[in-house]
Amino acid sequence: MEEHLVDWSRAQFALTVMYHWIFVPLTLGLGFIVAIMETIYLKTGSQLWKKTTKFWMTLFAINFAIGVATGIIMEFEFGTNWANYSWFVGDIFGAPLAIEGVLAFFMESTFFAVMYFGWEKVGKKFHLLSTWLVAIGSNLSALWILVANGWMQNPIGMTFNPDTVRNEMVDFWSIILSPIATSKFLHTISSGFVMGSLFVVGVSAWYLLKNRDVAFAKNSILVGASFGLIVSLFLAFNGDESGHQVAVKQPMKLAAMEGLYEGKTEAGLVAAGILNPNKTATNDESEFLVKVEIPYALSILSYRDPKAFVPGIKDLVYGNEEYKIMSVKEKMQKGKIALASLEAYKEAKKEKNEQKALQARQTLEENMQYFGYGHLKNVEDVIPPVATTFYAFHIMVSLGGWFVALFALLLFFSIKKDIQKYKLLLLSALWSIPLGYIAGEAGWVVAEVGRQPWAIQDLMLVGTATTHIATTNVIISFWLFALLFTLLLIAEIKIMLKQIKIGPEGEH
Amino acid sequence: MGFENLDFLTLQHFWWFVISLLFGLFAFMMFVQGGQTLFGKLSSNETQKTMLINSMGRKWEITFTTFVLLGGALFAAFPLFYATSFGGAYWVWMAILFCFIIQAISYEYRKKPDNFLGQKTYEAFLYINGSVGVFLLGVAISTFFSGSVFFIDSNNFSHWQHNARGLEALLNPFNYLLGFSLVYLSKISGSMYFINNINDDEIKQKAFSSIKVNAVLFLLFFLSFLAWIFTKDGFALNADGVVFMQEYKYLLNMAQMPIVFGLFLLGIVTVLSAIYMSVFKKRESCIKTIGVGIVLTVTMLIVSIGYNNTAFYPSTYDLQSSLTIMNSSSSHYTLSVMGYVSLMIPIVLAYIIFAWYSMDKVKITKEEIEAPDAHNY
Repeated sequence: MEEHLVDWSRAQFALTVMYHWIFVPLTLGLGFIVAIMETIYLKTGSQLWKKTTKFWMTLFAINFAIGVATGIIMEFEFGTNWANYSWFVGDIFGAPLAIEGVLAFFMESTFFAVMYFGWEKVGKKFHLLSTWLVAIGSNLSALWILVANGWMQNPIGMTFNPDTVRNEMVDFWSIILSPIATSKFLHTISSGFVMGSLFVVGVSAWYLLKNRDVAFAKNSILVGASFGLIVSLFLAFNGDESGHQVAVKQPMKLAAMEGLYEGKTEAGLVAAGILNPNKTATNDESEFLVKVEIPYALSILSYRDPKAFVPGIKDLVYGNEEYKIMSVKEKMQKGKIALASLEAYKEAKKEKNEQKALQARQTLEENMQYFGYGHLKNVEDVIPPVATTFYAFHIMVSLGGWFVALFALLLFFSIKKDIQKYKLLLLSALWSIPLGYIAGEAGWVVAEVGRQPWAIQDLMLVGTATTHIATTNVIISFWLFALLFTLLLIAEIKIMLKQIKIGPEGEH
Repeated sequence: MGFENLDFLTLQHFWWFVISLLFGLFAFMMFVQGGQTLFGKLSSNETQKTMLINSMGRKWEITFTTFVLLGGALFAAFPLFYATSFGGAYWVWMAILFCFIIQAISYEYRKKPDNFLGQKTYEAFLYINGSVGVFLLGVAISTFFSGSVFFIDSNNFSHWQHNARGLEALLNPFNYLLGFSLVYLSKISGSMYFINNINDDEIKQKAFSSIKVNAVLFLLFFLSFLAWIFTKDGFALNADGVVFMQEYKYLLNMAQMPIVFGLFLLGIVTVLSAIYMSVFKKRESCIKTIGVGIVLTVTMLIVSIGYNNTAFYPSTYDLQSSLTIMNSSSSHYTLSVMGYVSLMIPIVLAYIIFAWYSMDKVKITKEEIEAPDAHNY
């Protein structure tokens, strides 16, 4: 049973964070859309825009509440289920979480109350400011948690202290400004903006299909499609930068995203394909059953050079002398030396033998970057689940492409034509709402499944990071979360659908 | 002169003070939780109930956020506590978290059509959050005095030694004292908040009498709690950093830190005077007075168990594994970076207070709740 602890801990984290992520993107995007609408209302003084703002605000609030409910567990789950992790890197990881609380959460929650209840209690300008602050606050909170996540993928700005047996922060700004954190933040919030836009155009399309609340729906589509087109283009552009960052910092994740086992120069990017399910790193079967490739694109994406060598899974596991890639076996040896010298250091400290301690510390520092490999059992354990990562990546990218096209079409037809006549386009908009959710979750699957088995890249395995606890406890809490969150999700969807049916003219 | 110039020990003390202050603010903000246990008793019809719930509904997120921030600040400043307590006392914290998860949706979903679980369920969620949630928080904090069962290995990884994973704290009857103290205290502050926030004579009358009953119960439990901690042995630290049991440690802490003791007493007197003014003088603004009192009392109580060579999170299983503000803190660098971040707290408090005043200038009335275009929970 105990060997399953790590899988159940993973499962629980995946469950809770994926539930949380159902609600966050809409909060990120709809917040700004509502703020834009209220700004238009204030500029024009039109009651229709006020109604439009209030309607989307109601949906925002329903979604926001469950985002908060599923969010609190995230703040504490690092401690409850990843206690060893929390000590090993808490000196770095805790800070962004606390800053998130101080700078972002209070802004959201304070001004949410003003935005929601303050229509008749505060001035119009203060109300509008509050609406903007809610949007900014929720996006700020995304900033800090993504800085934290980015740091796990690319740990920098810290040093290992053998006396406390943990990593300690030495450079705050390098952590905050790390390129991987920046591109992660931009990619994530823009995906949230896209989700918000999809939601607005999708719901509005439904009204047009039902031939009701037409003026309101057309207004909403105009705002949603304009905002959506800008942010989805930015998302695609930024996705390219994210891919480049992954190639440089986490080549194994990139290889899994592309199903690339044998490294190559002038590598093509798989546009679509079906993986050969029998393929492993230890056999010579072909990688794909079928695939369509864009020539040179992977080399360009990865290293901005069509001729660049992109290492495959085999190169990364077994090493490649030509391209100076160290094998996992060698890294494991160095990792074991690091672990042994840490023990030697502690021993020497106990004996008060400073000379010996200094030596051990030097050896430790030389091998520290492979510290996590010391706990690996087999070299192949560094390979993440390839199929999951590959398909999630390709689903995300294809959907991203579709969203750009959808927003462009919607915008064109709402400006140039009577969009209400284009039923197929409206239906596509409606059915793209669930696609937005799928794309967002798929993105996180790429990011998180693709970096397994590492909790912190190269330094700590997920297996080392878990709390020491009998597995039964985690199984029970897993099912409690699954049950409660599912009930709440059903409630949320039902309430949401009902409010949409009631529409902007009804009471909320 | 910046935070980085302060020595490590000073920063650790500074951060323990910040944590204590957050505990204090959180304890005060639990008037929301107290209110959630009273909306049935204080109302005689649906409109009144809705007034009560809406009154809390404009504040609950601040309480919630304070709790989240407390978690984040503990993680950032005292990560070994975060790892040991949350990971170790798994079920206590999980239970508390579940109580807060169900709170977060209840205000918004309670009255919405087609809400699947029904209005009664969401109201029950609010009640559970206000009673069980607060009680368990009190029990969890009480283990700061009674101790827990864990040991810390040479990698500073912690190992909990009881299969009940924290729920064993319920086997110690002394831990109930703080649990119930908090429950009744939050009922008192909840009532005072309603009196100040809602314009309805019937609700006010009922709230005044609820304070009377709950004050008696609160005093009973709180004085017993004080009697317990001030007479029990405490977890002290000698000059070599060795943890040992010292007679009357917590009383001694107060005697040796007269400022802390003075402010602690002042806090208690303020709480008592708020209760007095409310019960006997029918003063309507007592929520402010009791707020100051609660923040002072709780802050100083928590300060006192971190300072003066005390182990604030003791292990009865292995005394030397006990956590102090010295052995569980973040590095000097991180604490100083976070020191700058803490300067934001007064600014945040300022805009919260500003937003509240703007909103609360207009009290909640029956007319507002029944208005046709009202935004209600």
